[in-house]
Amino acid sequence: MSGEGLTVRDLRVTFDGFKAVDGVDLDIRPGDLRFLIGPNGAGKTTLVDAVTGLVKATGSVRFGGEELLAKPVHRIARLGIGRTFQTATVFEELTVLQNLDIAAGARRGPLTMLRRRKGIPEAVTKALETTGLTDLRDRPAGVLAHGQKQWLEIGMLLVQDVKLLLLDEPVAGMSHEEREATGELLQRVSEDHTVVVIEHDMDFMRSFARSVSVLHAGKVLSEGSVTEVQADAKVQEVYLGRASEPEPAAVPVPEEA
Amino acid sequence: MTVILNQSFTGISIGAVLLLIALGLTLTFGQMGVINMAHGEFIMAGAYTTYVLQKSISSAGVSLLVALPLAFLVAGAMGALLEWLLIRRLYTRPLDTLLVTWGVSLMLQQLARDLFGAPNVQTAAPDLLTGNISVAGITLANNRLFILGLALLCVLGLTLILRLTPLGRRIRAVVQNRDLAEVSGIATERVDRTTFFIGSGLAGVAGVALTLVGPIGPTMGTNYIVDAFLVVVVGGIAQLKGSVITAFALGVLQSVLEYSTTVSVAKVIVLVAIVAILQWRPQGLYTLRTRSLA
Amino acid sequence: MTTTTSPTRTTSVVQPSASLPERFRVPSAFLLGAVLLLGVAPLVLSDFRLNLLAKYLCYAIVAVGVSLAWGRGGLMVLGQGVFFGLGGYAMAMHLKLADAAATGQTLPDFMQLYGTGDALPWWWKPFADPAFALAMTVLLPMAVAALLGFLVFRRRVKGAYFAILSQALAAALAIWLVGQQATTGGTNGLTDIQGFFGYDLNDPANQRTVYFIIAAVLLLLMAAARQLFLSRYGELLIAVRDSEERVRFLGYNPANVKLVAYVVAAGMAGLAGALFVPAVGIISPALIGIVPSIGFVIGAAVGGRASLVGAVLGAIAVAWTQSTLSDAYPAAWTYLQGLLFVVAVGFLPGGLASLVTVLRKRRIPTRTTGETA
Repeated sequence: MSGEGLTVRDLRVTFDGFKAVDGVDLDIRPGDLRFLIGPNGAGKTTLVDAVTGLVKATGSVRFGGEELLAKPVHRIARLGIGRTFQTATVFEELTVLQNLDIAAGARRGPLTMLRRRKGIPEAVTKALETTGLTDLRDRPAGVLAHGQKQWLEIGMLLVQDVKLLLLDEPVAGMSHEEREATGELLQRVSEDHTVVVIEHDMDFMRSFARSVSVLHAGKVLSEGSVTEVQADAKVQEVYLGRASEPEPAAVPVPEEA
Repeated sequence: MTVILNQSFTGISIGAVLLLIALGLTLTFGQMGVINMAHGEFIMAGAYTTYVLQKSISSAGVSLLVALPLAFLVAGAMGALLEWLLIRRLYTRPLDTLLVTWGVSLMLQQLARDLFGAPNVQTAAPDLLTGNISVAGITLANNRLFILGLALLCVLGLTLILRLTPLGRRIRAVVQNRDLAEVSGIATERVDRTTFFIGSGLAGVAGVALTLVGPIGPTMGTNYIVDAFLVVVVGGIAQLKGSVITAFALGVLQSVLEYSTTVSVAKVIVLVAIVAILQWRPQGLYTLRTRSLA
Repeated sequence: MTTTTSPTRTTSVVQPSASLPERFRVPSAFLLGAVLLLGVAPLVLSDFRLNLLAKYLCYAIVAVGVSLAWGRGGLMVLGQGVFFGLGGYAMAMHLKLADAAATGQTLPDFMQLYGTGDALPWWWKPFADPAFALAMTVLLPMAVAALLGFLVFRRRVKGAYFAILSQALAAALAIWLVGQQATTGGTNGLTDIQGFFGYDLNDPANQRTVYFIIAAVLLLLMAAARQLFLSRYGELLIAVRDSEERVRFLGYNPANVKLVAYVVAAGMAGLAGALFVPAVGIISPALIGIVPSIGFVIGAAVGGRASLVGAVLGAIAVAWTQSTLSDAYPAAWTYLQGLLFVVAVGFLPGGLASLVTVLRKRRIPTRTTGETA
């Protein structure tokens, strides 16, 4: 199994008149490790929000033959789409093991839920190994280091048995070694999952991306391999400000509050 | 027909009282997210201010006019003190402020009992406000008209403050993005305290108005507080007009239902209506739509 | 999968191995509680005091539910009086009918007094059946909670909105009961209950039996709640409390998770209300409005909302202090009560139970070692 592909057609999200995502088309092949890059306000996070049902959108998002738009968040999640947030959100009062066990359990029946956990589910053991958190499994997630929390989040997506992972700036605030480790982790994960990463870090993108989409002002500006995208004049304009025409209006909405 | 019109006017005047009380909550609850159960006791403080004034100023009209600003200051000062002593420590735990301020409310009620005695007291209304006027067969009580006017005046005043003054801009800035406001040089703590001062002061004004239509007692605030919170919840916390519409709508609904059923049944139906409205608009009638509110 | 190179440079981890005493601490504490409640208390307390304790234990049963819904689930349940009241009225209606039947009457005494007519209202009739009434003491509150919870959680009405709605519900029920004097006894409520399924409640021996029933129910529910806390559901409930949105992205519907806790807590409050009636002999609107509803929460807050034992002991302690002080020094009690709210919730959010944890941590300082930044 190598994950499931995602097809986005003419996706639009509007906040009180402001077009955060303005007609995006995306084709992400099964097993891709796609990076979404773009300046602040380009609509990257909003795009992920729309795909996962957090904000209302028009257009079409198809995944495994199903239309995602207008489905509630938890239904989309059950179809096999998992995501992380810019700030790592793990359940801080619960241990690493409990976090993973909850992530693994959305399909559990009521009777299983009402019983205590006996032993560790196989998927959880595997995810602990993959993320290297085995020795920390009985720690409360709240005391983990920043990078470890991000790995735990990715581990939670793995046990959730998702086919598509949407990661919002997974290496923000990480040290150089942590970035390397995370990149390797993502490459391992993408062997049998489809992975989409929102990222600002260009070095990180160059080292690990299999394909890249550049977003700007709610639209896809460029798409292709790392080299292709880097060679694209439009991308250079947006990133280096070598605008031959007057700069478009300042980006009105900051990416993060 | 006249019955319905009369009943509607009663409803509007109930709505005006609700609005006066809820107006302060739109600041402290709506803008700051604090559930201040002691708001009811600030109403009581305003009412007792009127009562005390009337002991020293014999003219009911003069004492009422003096009481309005004085009650605003008294209740506002109590609010600012409460914010400084307790609430500012609890901004990260908004639900806990509910219980803490409930404790404060118990203590203030007991304080009123110790100062003024447990039985209810009355104030005399100015002659001008005791009569009725009739318009097209509808009897309008002067005191109710006065409260309606006062409520609308307060709405207007608050709108102007929020829209036009530097203080209003700061309040809105802090509400929308506290951190950004802080690094932009706004003293957020002072803005918090001022917001709380105004919100609580409005409760004091509401207390003065209530002396015109009912007795003054230590627990007078608790009778209104939950209804006033419901007004803000249904109206939506983002905009004043939500509270204005909701207050009058609930007032009219309540009083029309009371006429056709009983007080207690009306109360239950109004609550059912509120739950129904929240099915349709879970964040209240008027909200600000923003990105990612996880 | 090949050898997984760990992304961590793992620090040495102290495995928190459960020491033997710790494994037995909970069951032995439970046993101690059972011995105190069922063995010692009936021996040393007078009939009067034992009856008071029975009343406090009813509040403690409510607190078990509060600890589940509020402490673990983060649901500010400020309307538990509603469920307590529904349970209490369901029980009291049956007992009033049974009392009337025992003296050859068809109507309870207050209905004859207020004289609305000679017929029993239709919704009173099924409560003549003891099995129906008993079932209703739990099912009625649970049904109301399920309906309200379904509507409210489904639309993600939460936090302050939920708390205010709960309060409004408590106020509405109390006002409605007062308004229907002819069929509910109005402000007085249902009072002067004589018998309990054929046993005379004026007989101290029967009152003791009522005490034993209440104590046993409390212990059972505590055991059940503890089991729930430790279950996978209990872990999930904490996850929902701390980050509802995250849980949703894992494929759960948090509304259902919260609904279960809310409905179970309502059922417990209903049972507590039902047991309160034979112990105290009355149920009235004054016991279920906004003020008592907040009272149900405050005991749990003082003891420690997230700790089962803390919540139960807190509820008992607050109720005991109240009845000890409120008659002799009503003013001082009110100030103290207000201060209790402020101090316990404002400055000790974990309640008195968190003091125990703090002290225990101080005794074993070796637990926090080798932490990476």
